[in-house]
Amino acid sequence: MIVAEIKPIEEIAESIKGAKKVLVAGCGGCVTVCLSGGQKETDILASALRMKMQVDGQPVQIETATYERQCDPEYVARFKEHLKDVDVVVSMACGVGVQFMAENYPNIIFVPGQNTKFAGAATEHGIWEERCMLCGECVLAKTGGVCPIIRCSKSLLNGPCGGSQGGKCEISKDTPCGWQLIYDRLKGQNRLELMTEILPAKDWSKNRDGGPRKIVREDVRL
Amino acid sequence: MSDVKIVGFVCRLCALISSDLGPPADVDIKIETVELPCAGKVDGRLLLEAFERGADAVFVAGCPEHECMNVKGSSRARKRLEHIKEILDQVGVGGERLIMYNVSGTHGPRFAHIARDMAGLLEKLGPSPLKARKA
Repeated sequence: MIVAEIKPIEEIAESIKGAKKVLVAGCGGCVTVCLSGGQKETDILASALRMKMQVDGQPVQIETATYERQCDPEYVARFKEHLKDVDVVVSMACGVGVQFMAENYPNIIFVPGQNTKFAGAATEHGIWEERCMLCGECVLAKTGGVCPIIRCSKSLLNGPCGGSQGGKCEISKDTPCGWQLIYDRLKGQNRLELMTEILPAKDWSKNRDGGPRKIVREDVRL
Repeated sequence: MSDVKIVGFVCRLCALISSDLGPPADVDIKIETVELPCAGKVDGRLLLEAFERGADAVFVAGCPEHECMNVKGSSRARKRLEHIKEILDQVGVGGERLIMYNVSGTHGPRFAHIARDMAGLLEKLGPSPLKARKA
């Protein structure tokens, strides 16, 4: 899922300064799962902002609304009824949601309530770790299901590098060496021969280097 | 002190029993209690709402952590309070106005101690900055 983190309240308060009516818009998708932008966090932020603006002598009317996603037209449309007289919307979605809402309601100011961090997994309750860089050309079949692009700090396709010591990466003793993880996994599966296979240079045009990406599925288009 | 508002979110398995006695006679404060099935049920939204609705201080009373009848309820409540205290600091209300107490159900005088403690705290801190702004 996309993992995000709520911005400091001070920063959000600054971005709604001067507004008379604010909507804090929650997202019921990924950011709900990573406990950062769902209905509960949206209500907490709205309450915190109301108090902060009042303490600062700039009371403002702040309401909330949360729908399943802010990255799909059918859910974005549902926010319309909440936008009457609203000067600023603090979107609690990821960066995609903020932009998509802004595209759909061009006359309203949208500001992000969160910093969007990465595509990750919840390794424990309360801990999220990056697992995918969305590179557009997956090599997991060759690497035992461990991604060298994101798990190796240098994104090496044929590692490990000389900085791997005792299974840890040179950037931090808390960071496992991605290629050590690949080796361990393949060894456990008796597939170590895959380590000898040279992975060719990736086609980075499938990553962001090729500009904004787009997927079209004609079979499901209306 | 009688115009101060204190809201206590109280676990019904422990602190609620001792809260029946209410604040001691020498403490002139009113405490509005909200019963919870477990302190672990306390929600950040409720705590902030209490402040928005005019509380000068808020406390949560749960079982002692090693005696919590739901095992981790009290420790979860404490962690949630720490998070909300940070938010209260950021918004200028002050995290020191939110306090966690651990109370054994068999220790009646403990609630009187909480009442005295909260009265002392509010004497030191004064009314909520939200009220000051309204006035």
